[in-house]
Amino acid sequence: MKGAQILLECLKREGVQVMFGYPGGAVLPLFDVLHDSSIRFILTRHEQAAAHAADGYARATGKVGVCVATSGPGATNLTTGIATSFMDSIPVVAITGQVKTHLIGNDAFQEADVTGITRPITKHNYLVKNVGDLAHIVREAFHIASTGRPGPVLIDIPVDIQTHDTEFNWPEEVEVRGYKPTYFGHPGQIKKAAKLIAKAKKPLIYAGGGVIISGAHAELKALAEKLCVPVTMTLMGLGCFPSTHSLCLGMLGMHGTAFANYAIMNADLVIAIGARFDDRVTGRLDAFAPYAKIIHIDIDPSSISKNVKVDIPIVGDAKYILAQLLEELDKKPDTREWLSAIEQWKTKHPLVYREGIKIKPQYVVEQIYELTKGEAIITTEVGQNQMWAAQWYKYNKPRRFLSSGGLGTMGYGFPAAIGAKVGCPEMHVFDIAGDGSIQMNIQELSTAVTHKIYVKVAILNNCYLGMVRQWQELFYKRRYSYTGLCNPDFVKLAESYGAVGLRATKKEEVRPTIQKALSTNNVVIMDFQIEPEENVFPMVPAGEAIDRMIGGMA
Amino acid sequence: MKHTIAVLVENKFGVLARISGLFSARGFNISSLAVGETQDPSVSRMTIVVDTSEARILEQIIKQLRKLIDTISVVDLTKKDFVERELALIKVNYEKSIQKKVKAILNKHKNTTRLIREARNEAIIEICATSEEVAVFVSNLSPYGIRELMRTGKVAIA
Repeated sequence: MKGAQILLECLKREGVQVMFGYPGGAVLPLFDVLHDSSIRFILTRHEQAAAHAADGYARATGKVGVCVATSGPGATNLTTGIATSFMDSIPVVAITGQVKTHLIGNDAFQEADVTGITRPITKHNYLVKNVGDLAHIVREAFHIASTGRPGPVLIDIPVDIQTHDTEFNWPEEVEVRGYKPTYFGHPGQIKKAAKLIAKAKKPLIYAGGGVIISGAHAELKALAEKLCVPVTMTLMGLGCFPSTHSLCLGMLGMHGTAFANYAIMNADLVIAIGARFDDRVTGRLDAFAPYAKIIHIDIDPSSISKNVKVDIPIVGDAKYILAQLLEELDKKPDTREWLSAIEQWKTKHPLVYREGIKIKPQYVVEQIYELTKGEAIITTEVGQNQMWAAQWYKYNKPRRFLSSGGLGTMGYGFPAAIGAKVGCPEMHVFDIAGDGSIQMNIQELSTAVTHKIYVKVAILNNCYLGMVRQWQELFYKRRYSYTGLCNPDFVKLAESYGAVGLRATKKEEVRPTIQKALSTNNVVIMDFQIEPEENVFPMVPAGEAIDRMIGGMA
Repeated sequence: MKHTIAVLVENKFGVLARISGLFSARGFNISSLAVGETQDPSVSRMTIVVDTSEARILEQIIKQLRKLIDTISVVDLTKKDFVERELALIKVNYEKSIQKKVKAILNKHKNTTRLIREARNEAIIEICATSEEVAVFVSNLSPYGIRELMRTGKVAIA
């Protein structure tokens, strides 16, 4: 079999049903085989979008996303998407073409050192130098991408390797001697944690994306309910615990709820699960959770005690560890007083916004929640739109909120929505976007329309790069340096691509616009012209302790 | 404080770049790094010396090294009873007037040094000793004029 055929056969055996990508000179043999393959191929209009779509597909389905690009510029265009997946631990396999083996290092046409460029933004990467290694490498790549702390793996395949002939041998077993993730928690550590939990008076669960990745949401709910311990989530964790649950405090951190931030600053025990104490969560580190002992459950040992000193580390898979912990716990802490203190914070400092003459972005998100009955997949771009989507849609299930958390990639939401819709065609998929971010991958309208991937895009259009403008307003004396945007007519733009464009300029038009979008069997762009200088509140200024919030009410 | 870390890695191209890239990307400093094949040709062994006073940084370095897929094992030798050696080749002035003095220094370190090559004006000397001994020897020689110096970095085994 030729290398390209071996590659596709391996992908099929790995269960790949769909790939996102873009052809080019160094992947011609691969695309020639793809022409007759049963694997669905989604041709994006930019390689960056292919990487984001594979990422969105992976986040929505839990399967490995696959993207393909040619050598040189094709591969470098993937890198923003690969870095996005890397920061958020998303299983993606990226396949790139490379110049012929004998030309490597010669500055050949469309040559770039892609394994070199992607080394710091992949979990692992490979340059295939021998067609005989290909099947083994593909098997290893999927294994590494999808196990332990998941992440993107890149396979760089020179074009001549794709045409070389060899016997196809499918390795049934995959064994990487330097890669043995720990799954079960150390029993001694579990015992210690159980003791500490039983003694706590003000315990708090701080749950992150790891809970979703490990599929530990049911165990998390069981633990919180058994112990009557409140739960706050990171941006990446949204959906791992039901937002409508009475023990839920919503998101914490820079734009978290006041009561979540007060809770973590007053807690005497923090149980961190699949979260990594990112600076957007902790604020000023030396002031973070000053009274708390910390139990940290994470599959990645390097996440433990990286930013915050941990009292009881437990390395392993959250799903197993929470099950072990549930079995170990016989004594419950008495949290009645603690819960009533939190209830008071909730009443005193609720998440609110002020009505205005113009459309409020928070209102738009709330209405999307109501009209989709909380059953849609929401993707976001990055900035104010992302924070409003996090604050005002109630996520009750995992894999329903897809957002670039770690890298903060503008342009992520729309192609990620396309990937999510391909993976979950029966679901409504909304990209909650800003007028700035949407234009970073607007060309994907063509992809969505051509492949009949009917996603809905809600642009919260304030004619600003809103989050940067907000920082300029608050910290740079309202000097709006290059944050005002002159935008295209988004309705006409949608129409020119063959999509449907809708516009709302008044509050009473918001619901009918969303309803129209939901009932339209096409890609829809909704242009919500919102209050231009609306801010995301509460907000903790960068470098402050996270209970030092400003602007409780927007 | 200096820490000596032994790392077993896959003997593949690009592994050294992964290790050095990890150090530069995370702002860790390497004092020295020595690498070579082991008795198993598919495995290379590195001795990495890092200089940090923060336990947290050392812990991160070890954890990040372990996280690399091509890393087979990481051991902090500093906590163990380990043997270390470093090789240095030194080209020194060797004019007639100072030959005696250089020889006297060599004699003082006779268990670890060798005079490899003598020319009219210069000599090449080898020392194989602990890094500290190498440093002492180099400073003893330096008044006589060191022309070139090459140190391998520490190799260690426990």
